[in-house]
Amino acid sequence: MPKTTATRGRELDRAGLSDEQLVAMLRNMLLQRQLDNRGFQLNRQGKIPFALGSEGHEAVQAGAAMAFKRGADVLVPYYRDLGLALGVGMTAFEILSSLFGRVTDRSMGRQFPNHYTNSELGVLSISSIIAGHCTHAVGVAAAFKYRGDAGRAVLCSTGEGASSQGEWHESVNYAAVHALPMIFLVENNEWAISTPQDLQMKVANVADKAPAYGLPGAVCDGFSPIATYVTVHEALERARSGGGPSIVEAKCYRYLSHSTDDDDRTYRSRETIEEHRKLDPVPRFEQVLLEAGVIDEARVKALKQDVLRETNEATDAAEAQPYPTPESLYTNVVAGDYRPWQEFHP
Amino acid sequence: MTATTQQQTGTTVMTNVEAVRTTLHDALVRDDRVLIMGEDVGARGNVFLITKGFLEEFGPQRIIDTPLAEASIVGVAIGMAMEGLRPIAEIQFADFIYPAFNQIVGEAAKTRYRSNGDYTCPMVIRTPYGGGVRGALSHSVSIEALFYHVPGLTILAPSTPADIKGLLNAAIECPDPVLFLEHKKTYRSVKGEVPGGYYTIPIGKADVKKAGTDVTVVSYGYNLHQALAAANRLQSDGVSVEVIDLRSIRPMDKTTILDSVRKTRKLLIIHEDNKFGGIGAEISAMVAEEALFDLDAPIRRLAGPDVPAMGYALPLEEEFLISTDEMVHAMRDMATF
Repeated sequence: MPKTTATRGRELDRAGLSDEQLVAMLRNMLLQRQLDNRGFQLNRQGKIPFALGSEGHEAVQAGAAMAFKRGADVLVPYYRDLGLALGVGMTAFEILSSLFGRVTDRSMGRQFPNHYTNSELGVLSISSIIAGHCTHAVGVAAAFKYRGDAGRAVLCSTGEGASSQGEWHESVNYAAVHALPMIFLVENNEWAISTPQDLQMKVANVADKAPAYGLPGAVCDGFSPIATYVTVHEALERARSGGGPSIVEAKCYRYLSHSTDDDDRTYRSRETIEEHRKLDPVPRFEQVLLEAGVIDEARVKALKQDVLRETNEATDAAEAQPYPTPESLYTNVVAGDYRPWQEFHP
Repeated sequence: MTATTQQQTGTTVMTNVEAVRTTLHDALVRDDRVLIMGEDVGARGNVFLITKGFLEEFGPQRIIDTPLAEASIVGVAIGMAMEGLRPIAEIQFADFIYPAFNQIVGEAAKTRYRSNGDYTCPMVIRTPYGGGVRGALSHSVSIEALFYHVPGLTILAPSTPADIKGLLNAAIECPDPVLFLEHKKTYRSVKGEVPGGYYTIPIGKADVKKAGTDVTVVSYGYNLHQALAAANRLQSDGVSVEVIDLRSIRPMDKTTILDSVRKTRKLLIIHEDNKFGGIGAEISAMVAEEALFDLDAPIRRLAGPDVPAMGYALPLEEEFLISTDEMVHAMRDMATF
């Protein structure tokens, strides 16, 4: 059965996290919020063609990223994982280079925003096809196991809608059969663009599907970074130590439209969103840390200023970068110079 | 399944299926990054017995009986390749590849491009294709035209044991994804000499299997062997046909085709796959663009009919496939045009 972990009131159950780690999670969440806003602002200003928000997912991603072991684990994210990308080491400048489609983006302006790649940090390149990347995550975990890489695991994330895909099923099943070192993190924000959860599945929790694969499934409070950290940490540790894969479902919410091209007024009420706003993880975690005495008001203010400064500087720096050249369209199709018609000169 | 004749020259006579098997075996011995994964490749040793005994020799970590799910056979192999292994994924029959279409077209072929080289996908997808074995609608199809539209993908379809060995080695070495097509009717019906030792054949290079002066025939797969038989029959009638084995479908060899067409001034393309939108269409267009005024006759294509697939009943299979007699007829017509 899925189990729930949650932080409670003022008695901060810090789950072994240091003050520094707790503040790092808050800073990650504040930076996510700031960068999300920046993406939408730049789009409304006509400066970038597209942006996608993670607002409402901040706690899930800050918590899960804290459980990620840099230099060992591999992240196979989906397209609403800004906080995971930041949490494993990507920078605001990289994020903004991608939003602007500039040459400093690792894909050199090829990929949509939020489709990260960073082989040095272990962030696998993904496409937009929902759940297709889950099979790749399984392959990476299979490579770990094949090579006997000890203490490494793969963190593969999706939304809840992805669990409707055949490739999600195939991935979970394959990972289970081969007892691979990985976890499937489901960020359940209740909406797949305009389709609510009850039109995706009959069960209340994606994690309820886990027993059918012979796997543990856990549900955690995705509005709490500590609760998510605890659950993801436990699952990753189990995976790293040979205990096999599992499904972790973090319940969160999507406050914004699916993307800058979507208008959620066509399919959900303002009241529903307002109701969920009461759970907003960013001010909530700020309050938790204040009440627990981990930080004070002055530190919170300084953090927010610092995050705004970082976002502004990254925005200016990325915008000042050149676009990729038109000629770059033709590179890296395959290794070397590629032509579908080959010519051989004696 | 082992080689049948050891010759003094260091070559061995073997069938196509033996060439696939020995090349895979040598790759497993040579490089521990190489894994084989697919349906029934383990204890069963593949439905054509290509991997028979591999499980015992290399173990279940390298010879992986996967769950029965093609999208993840390819998708998991992609992840392994991105992480530095050299997986060889098998799709049991080419007809079963459709569930993996997204993984091949949307993922494998675009991995290097979308990450601008940050990640690559060095993997091979092997699959038996083609008809003439009473395989009916779902064990007979040709799939090359469905995939040759896709940049980033390499598609190989060698037809002789020596070419299979050289091109399968090249595919395993290739730093990008390769779709490796094996015509199942040639598996045991085609035999030939195979050089010993490790060698590769350049990807994208066609091979003139028979030199001639009157007509150029471009083909591959089982049809290639029929075309050679037809050309040999016409030789005694004084008709000289040049037969080019395409071998590589993406990329394709422009030089060999144009050199031949400029010599014979006539082009006949033969393939089992449907004519409409098939490989022959691209070759025709290229030759029309590059060498129209060198031609003495309209380009002609002999290809599969525009129906979904060949049927199970013998007349339905025979009607779909191109007979050697039809090829003789077409070649003679072209020569006397």
